[in-house]
Amino acid sequence: MSTTMDPDLLPTQDDEDLRAAVRAVLAAHGDPTAVIACYDGDRSVVAPLWRALAVDLGLAGLLVAEEHGGHGAGAREAAVVLTELGAAVAPVPFLTSSVLATTVLGSPAATPAAADLLAALAAGEQVAAVVLPWSTGPDSMSVLTEQGGEVRSVAGAVEADVLLVPVGSGDGSGVDVRAVPVDAARVVAVPSLDMTRPLADVTVDAAALAAAPVVVGGAAETLADALSLASALMASEQAGLTRWCVTTTVGYLKERRQFGRVLGGFQALKHRLADLYVEAEQASAAATWAAATASGDADPDEVRLAAAVAASYCGRVAVHAAEETVQLHAGIAMTWEHPAHLALKRAKSDQIALGTAEHHHRIVADLVDLPGPIAG
Amino acid sequence: MSAELRERVATLLAEHDPAATDRLDFLRARYDAGLAWVWFPEGLGGLGLARADQGIVDALLAEAGAPSNHPERNGIGLGMAAPTILRFGTEEQKQRFLRPLWTGEEIWCQLFSEPGAGSDLAGLATRAVPDGDGWMVNGQKVWTSGAHNARLAILVARTDPDAPKHRGLTYFLCDMTDPGVDVRPLRQITGEAEFNEVFLNDVRIPDSQRLGDVGQGWLVAAATLDNERVAIGGAAAPRESGMIAKVAQTWREQPERRTAGLHERLVEAWVDAEVARVTGIRLRQKLAQGQPGPEGSAMKLVFAGLAQRLSGMELELLAEDGLRYSDWTMVRPDRVDFTGRDAGYRYLRAKGNSIEGGTSEILRNVIAERVLGLPGEHRVDKDVPWKEIPR
Ligand SMILES: Cc1cc2nc3c(=O)[nH]c(=O)nc-3n(C[C@H](O)[C@H](O)[C@H](O)COP(=O)(O)OP(=O)(O)OC[C@H]3O[C@@H](n4cnc5c(N)ncnc54)[C@H](O)[C@@H]3O)c2cc1C
Repeated sequence: MSTTMDPDLLPTQDDEDLRAAVRAVLAAHGDPTAVIACYDGDRSVVAPLWRALAVDLGLAGLLVAEEHGGHGAGAREAAVVLTELGAAVAPVPFLTSSVLATTVLGSPAATPAAADLLAALAAGEQVAAVVLPWSTGPDSMSVLTEQGGEVRSVAGAVEADVLLVPVGSGDGSGVDVRAVPVDAARVVAVPSLDMTRPLADVTVDAAALAAAPVVVGGAAETLADALSLASALMASEQAGLTRWCVTTTVGYLKERRQFGRVLGGFQALKHRLADLYVEAEQASAAATWAAATASGDADPDEVRLAAAVAASYCGRVAVHAAEETVQLHAGIAMTWEHPAHLALKRAKSDQIALGTAEHHHRIVADLVDLPGPIAG
Repeated sequence: MSAELRERVATLLAEHDPAATDRLDFLRARYDAGLAWVWFPEGLGGLGLARADQGIVDALLAEAGAPSNHPERNGIGLGMAAPTILRFGTEEQKQRFLRPLWTGEEIWCQLFSEPGAGSDLAGLATRAVPDGDGWMVNGQKVWTSGAHNARLAILVARTDPDAPKHRGLTYFLCDMTDPGVDVRPLRQITGEAEFNEVFLNDVRIPDSQRLGDVGQGWLVAAATLDNERVAIGGAAAPRESGMIAKVAQTWREQPERRTAGLHERLVEAWVDAEVARVTGIRLRQKLAQGQPGPEGSAMKLVFAGLAQRLSGMELELLAEDGLRYSDWTMVRPDRVDFTGRDAGYRYLRAKGNSIEGGTSEILRNVIAERVLGLPGEHRVDKDVPWKEIPR
């Protein structure tokens, strides 16, 4: 019986307080109409929202160690934050900068050059992005060489002051992460499926790379672990988004009347909503499990497994929930004004981000000894 | 707490050496020491602790080679009758029934479903009429799992046909050895007869074996059903147990059968099984003390879907062996085992998982209405006296 060893999956009072604080900021600064405007190039919602979250609530430093000016909190707290950010499809670089970049910089393999940058990120003074295609999963990295070049579809670069560029050394012996100021690179924003997490194509040349300090040396493992943690925490974002979809759709179908009755009374729809509720509960449990496992002192393989399980499951479920939200609202959800499309575009992008389900399944198969077919 | 619990276990073992004590004597002593189900109250086999504390006790006793009460032979007793008796029973009823139930001396079955009342359980027709200091029961029950092994049954019968259907029911504890009880096997798609039809002809039940008030039967039955759904889908289990364990084992042992398509499906199902397990852990943490509510329906819904998906996949994996079947001989098993026998059996038995204990359609209704607060189904028969409902 392993039950006594299981991490506590229920929220603590601190978790609830944090959740309430994030919700209050989102209510004040995250109006859906203003978020939708991001798709038309009006990103005026971002700065005040990010300031309130990053600086006023101090969330930019949530995962940063206290010695670097952060809160030294764990993945559990970040999961609470991301659940709420996901429910609001908030257009802020929390996942890309405050989770992924700070985790890379917080690595034991970080050089002294990382410390100042980490402090600036923790204070919310600067924002950083890891320069990899946003679709990169924990074990599928391909990186620039010292010659430099272009990396397509990088998330967080549009908002970034500093680019963390993984660079493979010429002799193929390893990967270093260099901190390149955005001014020294070319960052071209591209229209993205999810404009609340806008992508950019980033070009860095050899000179810029040569001039940039190495912030993490021998970083292959650091990057894989950071991507794994980011995918585990993105599962909370997906669980939050799923919760929003279910709550919103149930609420709508309790009000909307056709055929002289409330549509939510039709069994065909009730059953779909029941299935969505079950998926939402499971997604939230899986995401919480992954975060709790990453917060404790669990075996590294256990942490990777919980991350891959949550990422695979929550990615699938969030897309299903968002697609059902559109179908069950029908016409109104096809409009630009209705926020359903925010959820759909985020969910579909998240499903591909940080590794697809197939990618996470490879990790699971490897960890639990379910090898694929014998070659030949 | 855990130190105190360990000490209690140590005392039990010291006073009743498992190697030298009669099996039943040991089980009774364990019950009396409060170590049967620690979340039950003191004096009734428990210590009023959290459910999670049971794990320590079970592990220590298993280590010491203590005998088992064979829960797999009394699933309905332990999972459904016991929590219902605990909640609605009188002090005498709890004292009389819970101990032999837990030790397995008395096996229980569930006399709920009838030919005319399945999903619509509240429409049932079995009649109980007052008879001296007790009741006289007549009717027919069906799909009664394990009735052939049972000493006792939980039974719902109609005591007031003039009341609307939900209000005219009463819940009883029925003695299966009464001469009026006639149990006949019903053969299933697996070839065996795990369930039965049960005819009740002038069965006498003393009023002391009525559970809850007259007319309160629906409320009591609903508590049983909530517990049943948790019992079927929500039990604590280690990672990769149940149906996924079977398929994963076949996968590992027979590498020549692996295909890329099945690999993707298998790993996705493994993920889903792990997510269901973790969701169960969280649900049990939520319920640590409380009664199961409609959330248990979600666990059972997921469990049934996974069991069916996995058992079907296992047959495909087995290819030419998946075309074979162990044995169609009619037997009346002494336990319910969802993952027993061979893959073909598991595939067929799993079909019942989305039917027994409330069909998956009914569970979706329960979730939609009781959890999400969506409007109820149209119920033309809800406020009509039961006897006037067309059938
Ligand atoms: C293996 C097995 C063991 C069992 N053991 C026991 C036992 O020990 N004791 C006992 O009392 N019973 C037992 N049952 C009976 C079980 O509880 C019933 O079979 C079940 O409740 C369904 O009733 P039914 O078979 O009459 O189906 P019906 O109620 O006739 O349903 C037929 C179909 O209609 C659907 N349906 C019905 N109502 C609705 C609705 N309102 N909305 C949407 N769809 C609906 C159902 O989901 C089903 O698909 C067992 C059943 C099985 C398969």
